[in-house]
Amino acid sequence: MRLTCPLCGARDRREFTYQGDAIMLTRPSNDDPTAFSDWLHLRDNPAGRTRDLWYHEAGCCAWLVVERDTVTHAVHSVALVEGEDAD
Amino acid sequence: MRIEGYGRVDRDVSLDFSFDGRRFAGHPGDTLASALMAEGVVLTGRSFKYHRPRGVLTDTSAEPNALVTVGRGAGRDPNTRATVQELYNGLEARSQNRWPTLSLDLWAVNDLAAPFLGAGFYYKTFMWPRAFWEKLYEPIIRRAAGLGALSGEADGERYEKAYAFCDLLVIGAGPAGLMAARVAAEAGAQVILCTEEPRFGGRLLAEAEEVDGQPGHLWVAGVLARLRGMDNVRLMPRTTVTGAYDGGTYGALERVSHHVADPQGAPRECFWRIVAQRAVLAAGALERPVAFGDNDRPGVMLASALRGYLHRYGAAPGRQVAVFTNNDDGHRTARDLARAGLNVVALVDSRHDAESLAGEVPFFPGWQVCGTQGRRRLSGITLRAPDGRRDVLQVEALGVSGGYNPSLHLTCHMGARPVWRDDIAAFVPPAAHVPGLTVAGSANGAFTTYGCLTEGAEAGAEAVRVLGFRAEVADNIPQANNTPNRLRRLWAVPGRGRAWLDFQNDVTVKDVRQAAAENYASVEHMKRYTTQGMATDQGKSSNVSALAILADATGRDIPETGTTTFRPPYSPIAIAAMGAGGQGAGFAPERFTTSHEASLRRAAPMVEAGLWYRPSYFPVKGERHWRPACDREVRMVRDRVGVCDVSTLGKIDLQGRDVGRFLDCVYANTFSTLKPGRTRYGLMLREDGFVMDDGTTARLAELHWLMTTTTAAAGQVMRHLDWVKQAYAQGWDVRFISVTEQWAQFAVAGPQARDLLNDVLDAPIDNLGFPYMANGAVSIGGTRARLFRISFSGEHAYEVAVPSRYGAALWDLLVARAEALGGGPYGMEALNVLRIEKGHITHAEIHGRTTAHDIGMGRMIAAKDCIGRTMAGRPGLVNDREELVGLRPLAGGTLTAGAHLFAPEADPVRENDHGYTTSACFSPTLGEERALGFLLNGHRRHGETVRLVDHLRGIDTLCEVTAPCAFDPTGGRLRD
Repeated sequence: MRLTCPLCGARDRREFTYQGDAIMLTRPSNDDPTAFSDWLHLRDNPAGRTRDLWYHEAGCCAWLVVERDTVTHAVHSVALVEGEDAD
Repeated sequence: MRIEGYGRVDRDVSLDFSFDGRRFAGHPGDTLASALMAEGVVLTGRSFKYHRPRGVLTDTSAEPNALVTVGRGAGRDPNTRATVQELYNGLEARSQNRWPTLSLDLWAVNDLAAPFLGAGFYYKTFMWPRAFWEKLYEPIIRRAAGLGALSGEADGERYEKAYAFCDLLVIGAGPAGLMAARVAAEAGAQVILCTEEPRFGGRLLAEAEEVDGQPGHLWVAGVLARLRGMDNVRLMPRTTVTGAYDGGTYGALERVSHHVADPQGAPRECFWRIVAQRAVLAAGALERPVAFGDNDRPGVMLASALRGYLHRYGAAPGRQVAVFTNNDDGHRTARDLARAGLNVVALVDSRHDAESLAGEVPFFPGWQVCGTQGRRRLSGITLRAPDGRRDVLQVEALGVSGGYNPSLHLTCHMGARPVWRDDIAAFVPPAAHVPGLTVAGSANGAFTTYGCLTEGAEAGAEAVRVLGFRAEVADNIPQANNTPNRLRRLWAVPGRGRAWLDFQNDVTVKDVRQAAAENYASVEHMKRYTTQGMATDQGKSSNVSALAILADATGRDIPETGTTTFRPPYSPIAIAAMGAGGQGAGFAPERFTTSHEASLRRAAPMVEAGLWYRPSYFPVKGERHWRPACDREVRMVRDRVGVCDVSTLGKIDLQGRDVGRFLDCVYANTFSTLKPGRTRYGLMLREDGFVMDDGTTARLAELHWLMTTTTAAAGQVMRHLDWVKQAYAQGWDVRFISVTEQWAQFAVAGPQARDLLNDVLDAPIDNLGFPYMANGAVSIGGTRARLFRISFSGEHAYEVAVPSRYGAALWDLLVARAEALGGGPYGMEALNVLRIEKGHITHAEIHGRTTAHDIGMGRMIAAKDCIGRTMAGRPGLVNDREELVGLRPLAGGTLTAGAHLFAPEADPVRENDHGYTTSACFSPTLGEERALGFLLNGHRRHGETVRLVDHLRGIDTLCEVTAPCAFDPTGGRLRD
């Protein structure tokens, strides 16, 4: 498996660390334990497109959102978590 | 025997080799199989289950029978296919799975019991008593059945792994592969051409066939010369592409030096990961036999193999031969063998309406071979006429052809299923399979040479056109045979005697029918019930026939019956090749501190901390054991001064205006209020409210901070900081980087710590100017250093940091000064005792299931938003928790980590469990054993008595519950 890091280019998956669902990006803004618990623990398990978080640990250390298909294994897009012109 | 005028082996050179201790000779270009055949050896092995005599079946890597052990000693190589092993001078091979010898194998009694040993025998027979399976049945079965064995010693041979990248990977170098590679290379693409064989050319080297008006092998030589002259082509012989994976990645095994007597330092094998933009599969097709009674007799071979041995090696298993076929291709074998001067006594074609394409050879249309004779090799065959009449012919070899199966395995490695083509009676690749892979030639069901050349050229051109190259194919296709191979299905000849399908796992037609009769009708169930296709050859010569017979037995057609799943690897790979570089010290990187050499000079035993190596203790004369050294080092720190390398702690340099705000987010406690020159202890939570890590963070200057992490969690914390920064703190003015490797850091601890430092610092410090938790820039001999007044030991202590290049020198300096003061270095054992005495936690305590509340730091969580705060407030993470306590034995005795805690009168069983211990030691300072542990509602139970039970080590001790900190609870020593 290969991922194309927006900063480093196409690399073998061994350079990346898998984290989980990209829902972790949308952290609840309040301190409601139920909202936090759902956000932290409840996950969809789709056969098809998913948005996952990967960390380019053996590369540039960028966190990435990878859109891929769990059925075909096709990788549709790889984007930086941190907007390229955010700062 | 050798056939004069045939074969492409170098007859001017003789190579000596041995098989089962007998000496033979062959020639360069021979395989072990061809050399044995030329020397008249037909019996090469015993079958897996029944120990039946077996000989070479194929001339390919799909060989199920001729498995031998090559070499001797630790690196001997079992289950080597004799058809793949190239001959070299001095090669030693031995047969397998026989006792005492290959020709007299006493285990062959299994064959007499065959009526009882059919499919499912083990399942039905060895059901009970249950305990007998492991102790009695399995060892005996394993002894009797099996293949070759490893030496059991460490393999000293070298293996390698490597990566390669290309525009186009061409798998297979027959007519289709060569054309694909040539067209793509001429268009300018970077091409890798792999063949599992030692020579490029595939089947063109094994046939008497013309291409472009010249003998096939000469056409191959021309194409190869052209490819060799191009610097965008990489030719990889002896390289089997074993698997197709996501993203255009292919696994490939290169057999680098199996074919030479002296590898001259080259590795034995290399496992490649080849990343290809596009790939063409031109792996050809494998002939399949027809099953009939006793069709496993040595001397019965595939017709294509018989022909291949003639053309490639000039070898034949005997002079009297016959051919049994259901298709035209078998006629070519009869024709070529007759032309070579062998006595072809019969060409038996199961088709009534077939016409002989083999000239004068005696022809038997509509006849079938229904049995064989012979003991350890073939001596005769029984023919059956259409009217039932039988005839017996004396032969030494029989070539059998049941048609061809395309080698489409790789196309199914990512889940695709092959589709059945009735006209060629074979499975072919489906329309969509592995992205970026196209199939050409026989692997795609194109069974003529011209078809292979055409499909190869088109596939190569199409593949590189997609990548933007201009590729030409028009009128570039060489002239070649384009006569289709006609075939009429025949899987098994009815009749008496066992008709073998899977030679390697001893599966017969009857076994498959029996599986169907017992309702193992699904192909996957049949496979597991009979073991069909489960041997190292993965049923390459037998799977399709077996499922055709299953289809017949269950009244379904073949597409409906389906196939089993093809998975990587295509052919066996040694684990040593996949794990190349991972043996011994290659298993994991080693990280060494700058004091490593100095520690070794003092004979300090090293312990692993993650990838780091840290000194356990520094023995002095007379100390033969860790305990005296540890006790001495602890007393030394408590009474005088000790020096310890703490460089392995993670160090993260943070800079920017928003670092304080950022730390408030990642730490449970507040950092934004920390003043420059001050240091603070921080507790880091995971988002679920449990403790992730702890450490100190120093504010070096207004915009400059330095965080430390524990040694174990340095990587995890760095990843976490990256996450929080990139996901939740976008646009904040924060930058950070790991500087763990860049700074060497040493703890100086003990009542005389400041005296020691003032010995080495260019400007002395005092308690007022450098109080507890202060930090600041200092210099040592003119070198800039950082000083932190922090303490893990509970003593008056500092940590001093210098750029790593000065680490070794500073260590020596500090140790020398410490020794002058009656102190010295201390190691991990003493460090651990010191912190247990103080009740300080490590990852033994913050092991991922403890909260800030559990370790008594619940109130540190500040009233601000931080990672983990919300979840840490859940009732289950606050109420009725197992909480950190100290423990001391009431009446002596040993305390251990991992023991469990119970009420004194309670039965020490799981239901009564009140907690467990995490750390334990003998405290020389207190003169007693001490432990840290987690006890149910332990914060409120100081002074109570609990029962500590370690069932594993047989320890049962009554303990007093105390506060975690047992030494200097007010911290006076820190501040003096």
